[in-house]
Amino acid sequence: MSMWTALIVAAAIAFALKLAGHLIPAHLLDGPRVRRLTGALPIALLAALVATQALTGPGGTFVLDARAAAVGVAVVALVLRAPFIVVVVLGAATAAVLRAMGWS
Amino acid sequence: MTAAADPGARRAVVRQSLSVGVATGAYGISFGALAVAAGLDTWQAMALSLLMFTGGSQFAFVGIIGGGLHAAPAAIAASSMLGIRNGLYALELAHLLNVRGGRRVAAAHLTIDESTAVAVAQDDPRTARLGFWLTGLTVFALWNLTTLAGALIGNLIGDPRTYGLDAAACAAFTALLWPRLRSRDGVAIAVLGAVVAVVLAPTMPPGIPVVAAAAAALLAWRTPRRERP
Repeated sequence: MSMWTALIVAAAIAFALKLAGHLIPAHLLDGPRVRRLTGALPIALLAALVATQALTGPGGTFVLDARAAAVGVAVVALVLRAPFIVVVVLGAATAAVLRAMGWS
Repeated sequence: MTAAADPGARRAVVRQSLSVGVATGAYGISFGALAVAAGLDTWQAMALSLLMFTGGSQFAFVGIIGGGLHAAPAAIAASSMLGIRNGLYALELAHLLNVRGGRRVAAAHLTIDESTAVAVAQDDPRTARLGFWLTGLTVFALWNLTTLAGALIGNLIGDPRTYGLDAAACAAFTALLWPRLRSRDGVAIAVLGAVVAVVLAPTMPPGIPVVAAAAAALLAWRTPRRERP
């Protein structure tokens, strides 16, 4: 699959999901059970993304390096209520400084 | 259609919409830079922001496909799962907006976290509609402009690791996750998803552990444990 094909398929699905919500009668999907499930999905997915991107190296092996330190700094910034862009920049700066100092 | 709304409430919703738009614009810079760091070209980064237009899904898509094109199906699955919530927002908004035809298509495309949040925070349906359209259009304009800026910056700086751009992606996902961790259940789902993904990672192609972790966490979560409050 080429990058363009993947991109267009993913964008088409994203739009179809939005449009479906505007077209489907609300009562079909309403209810606490559906709401609970769809509240949980982004949490599991985002946590899995953080974990794999920060803690795995080539071949998916577990590694602790500058990326894990960056996530630690990001969490501290979030506890201190820093805005999104500040959290991202601090994460990048942490990894860049550690690498410049020679720590993976 | 909003002409009769209270002028004070109108000014307040305009202020909210514009400030949300500007804040999101800053976040588009990180998306553009991360997209080119993941191997997309500038056109592809811009196409994602124009056509997909939902930040969390876009970050997930480039984060996973950065592992290589063989991860494309997992990237599509992850971005689509994150996009499901937009469909739920749309269920809430459809009744409020009450639009047909081309306007409904435009409303669907603009149905994202930010436009929904501003719309549902309003007491008056007229200011809610104004908030939805103004926030959606402001975010759309700034998100696309800043994606281009971020992609150009990303292209200039060479090896993304030197500037910690790979770690910036981790920080971005952490920041997207953070507001959802206010409850103990939220934390439990997050820990389960993270552990499953890391345990599966050595045995599976890139991206698949993320999708599998989401599915596992959901299976665990849908098992009823106690009476609902």
